[in-house]
Amino acid sequence: MTENSNENAIIRMFHVHKRFGKKNALADISLDVESNEMLLISGPSGAGKSTLLKLLYLGETLSEGQILIDGMNLSRIASSRIPILRRKFGIIFQDYKLIPTKTVYENISLVLEVKGMKSRFIQKKVNSVLRTVGMEERLNAYPPSLSGGEQQRIAVARAVVGGPKIILADEPTGSLDPESASVILDLLKEVHDSGATVIIATHDREIIKKSKGNVIYLREGRLEKPSKSRTEKKKTKTS
Amino acid sequence: MRTGAFLFFTKRAFKDIRSNRFLHMVTIITIALSILIVSAFGLFFTNVNDIISSWKKGVRIMAYLNRDIEKIQLPELKNQILALPGVSSVRFISRDKALKQMKQQMKRQASLFENLKENPLPDVYEIRMSASTRNWEKVEILAAQIEMLPQIEGVEYGQKWLGRVTGIFNLFKFAGIVMCFVFFIASVFIVANTIRLLFYSRHEEFEIMRLVGATDGFIKGPFYIEGMIQGVLGGLIGIAALFVIYVMITSNVEQGVSSGYFTLRFIPIKISAGIIFCSMFAGWLGCYLSLKKFLTY
Repeated sequence: MTENSNENAIIRMFHVHKRFGKKNALADISLDVESNEMLLISGPSGAGKSTLLKLLYLGETLSEGQILIDGMNLSRIASSRIPILRRKFGIIFQDYKLIPTKTVYENISLVLEVKGMKSRFIQKKVNSVLRTVGMEERLNAYPPSLSGGEQQRIAVARAVVGGPKIILADEPTGSLDPESASVILDLLKEVHDSGATVIIATHDREIIKKSKGNVIYLREGRLEKPSKSRTEKKKTKTS
Repeated sequence: MRTGAFLFFTKRAFKDIRSNRFLHMVTIITIALSILIVSAFGLFFTNVNDIISSWKKGVRIMAYLNRDIEKIQLPELKNQILALPGVSSVRFISRDKALKQMKQQMKRQASLFENLKENPLPDVYEIRMSASTRNWEKVEILAAQIEMLPQIEGVEYGQKWLGRVTGIFNLFKFAGIVMCFVFFIASVFIVANTIRLLFYSRHEEFEIMRLVGATDGFIKGPFYIEGMIQGVLGGLIGIAALFVIYVMITSNVEQGVSSGYFTLRFIPIKISAGIIFCSMFAGWLGCYLSLKKFLTY
């Protein structure tokens, strides 16, 4: 967490505020997220975790402050460049956000179609990612016919299929049983190991323990002191 | 738009049409009905125009001679008329012959002629024009030249009633154009409404598409193609329906209404293509009006 120049930072936030009417959802958040970092944003419900993630992909707009993502200043971004910004992310939503009228295959391939990939490449890529999440046999199924755990795995597959630089996961295990949650966490670790920056908003202590990532705490929209591990790791890197 | 993107959007558009068959079918049928009415006007105007043109082409000039003209002057006058450019033949009809013909034609009203003390009809020259003079403007010029001759009392070539018919036709034409415009606007709003309904029903899907990085063009593209497909199909069905009606009518009555002057014919291919293009444009415009409000970041 620093305001100094940080060449490794893929995300930089400077005194970020987000207000909904008179309510401060986020207040004075300054934060750097380094490339290939696994960052967990923890805190109680209503602390502003989801809002913080939404600000990154412009699901919400900033009230004050600045955010830089991979060289793009979100305060000054032209609306025509928002899709380009969003293609840098793979987003796993709390409510999965799968299109119910499209098959599993179509839901995942959509990410590559919007990038203008050729259908042969899309087919290869989607089949490969479905194998990774263990859902290759359900490619023609529709999301409503899948269990919560299966839907979440499809959401992970959709988030990673485009090879994004950053993965944002909003309560990725929120409504899952421990076994499914463990599968999802393992998948996210694999993505992190392959070089992506992973940011997870969660209040699940098990995930925080198992992930071995850096942790920050939000309380009532304010950033509390970073976890010991994050401070220590930063110090080790600097030295 | 790149060919690849166009094919991709077209594929998606057809898929969407299949998924929402009923809604699209209703829209296409409504457009087809509008096109049927518009093209029926087209068919009517094409043929009425042909009839008026053929009347104008078949017109002859009747030149009424002064009563005090001497018979000896007739050959000279005939030569004078024949010398005028565009005249192919001149036939003299004497006042006696004209009255005889009239009596024959009006046998049932013979009492009208009983008390006739003298023949009220003038001698007349029936003048026919050469093929190159068979257009209305040239006929009018020729008639004016003949009327200027001192031996001629007046000329008659159907100018009054043809003028009246043309006037009525132009009035119909204007009404037809207004109707076409009204149906065009109606088609635009029908398509706009369909697209709006489809858009609302898939709002969530588009929101997700935007979140994974879809551009406005990516989301809107298939809708534009859907709109144009609706327009083209509506246009084709409308024209085809009119053609079927036309064939049914002409096969029964053509012999009766057709004369030496003209033959009933279907709307020319260029006009049909124009109608289908306008229908396609209406589909595109409906989409544009419907989507321009939505999908702004």
